[in-house]
Amino acid sequence: MTGFRRLFSEAGLLSVFASRAIRGVLQRPLELREIVHQVFEIGWRSLPLIMMSGLAIGVVLSMHTRATMERFGAEALIPTALAIALLSETGPLMTGLLVAGRVGAGIGAELGGMKVTEQIDALESLAVDSFHYLAVTRVIACMIALPILTTVLNFSGLIGGYLAETVISDVSLRVYFGQAFQGIAFADYILPTVKTTVFGFIIGTVSSFLGYTATGGSEGVGRASTRSVVLSSMLLIVVNVVLVRIIQMWLRDRAL
Amino acid sequence: MSSSVQAIRFESVSKSFDGRHVLDDVSFDVPPGTACCIMGRSGTGKSVTLKLLMGLLKPESGRIYVNDRELAALNSRELVAIRKTMGFLFQYSALFDSLSVAENVAFPLRRHTRMTDGEIQDSVRERLAEVGLENELDKMPLELSGGMRKRVGLARALALKPSVLLVDEPSSGLDPITTLEIDNLLMDLKAANQTTMVVVTHNVPSARRIGDKLVVLHEGHIVMQGKAEELDKSKHEVVRQFMKSGEGG
Repeated sequence: MTGFRRLFSEAGLLSVFASRAIRGVLQRPLELREIVHQVFEIGWRSLPLIMMSGLAIGVVLSMHTRATMERFGAEALIPTALAIALLSETGPLMTGLLVAGRVGAGIGAELGGMKVTEQIDALESLAVDSFHYLAVTRVIACMIALPILTTVLNFSGLIGGYLAETVISDVSLRVYFGQAFQGIAFADYILPTVKTTVFGFIIGTVSSFLGYTATGGSEGVGRASTRSVVLSSMLLIVVNVVLVRIIQMWLRDRAL
Repeated sequence: MSSSVQAIRFESVSKSFDGRHVLDDVSFDVPPGTACCIMGRSGTGKSVTLKLLMGLLKPESGRIYVNDRELAALNSRELVAIRKTMGFLFQYSALFDSLSVAENVAFPLRRHTRMTDGEIQDSVRERLAEVGLENELDKMPLELSGGMRKRVGLARALALKPSVLLVDEPSSGLDPITTLEIDNLLMDLKAANQTTMVVVTHNVPSARRIGDKLVVLHEGHIVMQGKAEELDKSKHEVVRQFMKSGEGG
């Protein structure tokens, strides 16, 4: 019972924190300098991980797709199938989970460390709104970085798919990409990619909340970091189900 | 309670955490340009008093005034304005560990003034020279000793030239010579700028040197307040033990 009560209490506090973050995102003036710094930290520094993962995912997806398509003699559709799989679901979800792992842990540990060493109190004592300066900037940076990183992962995935194909066939890059985008409409790319701004909001908010509420020295910081990854990833997967359904309904309505 | 203008006024303030009373009906005031040292055993609510004064915590009951403005009555913009007139030296300095010494001291200037980069650099050098660290501009906080971190924290707290300075345990973890240096810095500051200070300390010799007024907290209550000589004559057991503990210093 106590565990349930704590769970509900924490969910309530997280909801309040999230609504404050939404208000903070809309509040002016924005901490532009800090947002740019965080986009660099969150986005730019995640690029090697995202690009390498994208390449590997592209290679693996291509190999699986080929194994299936060969049975039906539909090898020519491999680039299209890979592009659809990447752009509609694999790319956004993988990017979200990878960023939740790298950035969520980082934000949880950084803010948790600042909390237990009184640096957040120090910011307040220097007449700075610490929530706006620390949490809102990270939430906005995650919301900006996620769609960009998703696009990079999608592109890297297609390159990976092309590299895997070149081992087996002598398809040119131009033909491969031409076929890949043949069956893709702009909405197929834009909606799943824009959806990742919601993932960014979840990662930024959850990890900032857990960092902000960290207690108990370095052990508490470690716990905040781990919980940031676990909770962000879980929420992201659950929310993704809802978002996919909404996107499908929207696309179906447009098609009718 | 005195009706004259006070830089700081605590009126019947109570604060508890998880049902435990940390401060219970605490009242004291600090006239402008004077230093008040709050003493007491660990866990008696000394640091909480400073955080209440800075508005980092809210009291359950009672009123807190800084420069005659009641903190609870201020909106967030007014609270920011009053915090710009205050400085806070934290017990463990609370320096921003991702910023260098110079950037730490420059931080409040960049946020709250329209000074140019050159003016900020000059001001940072000036503040760091006051605490004897003008040659450590580019070091990171983790490269500094405890005493140096305290002095950088003091330089940062003084960056906006506050009229009220709150200092939490300036001598904790420091050797007697560094403690004396920090005490002298605080006394010079008070003499030069008429800065009002509230200093939390366990160190009775430090409190005697710095404080115009000493307040002894015990189990959430003020057991005595007054000048050091008055406390020396007290028959209260806790006050006697405290004042006696500092006779060697």
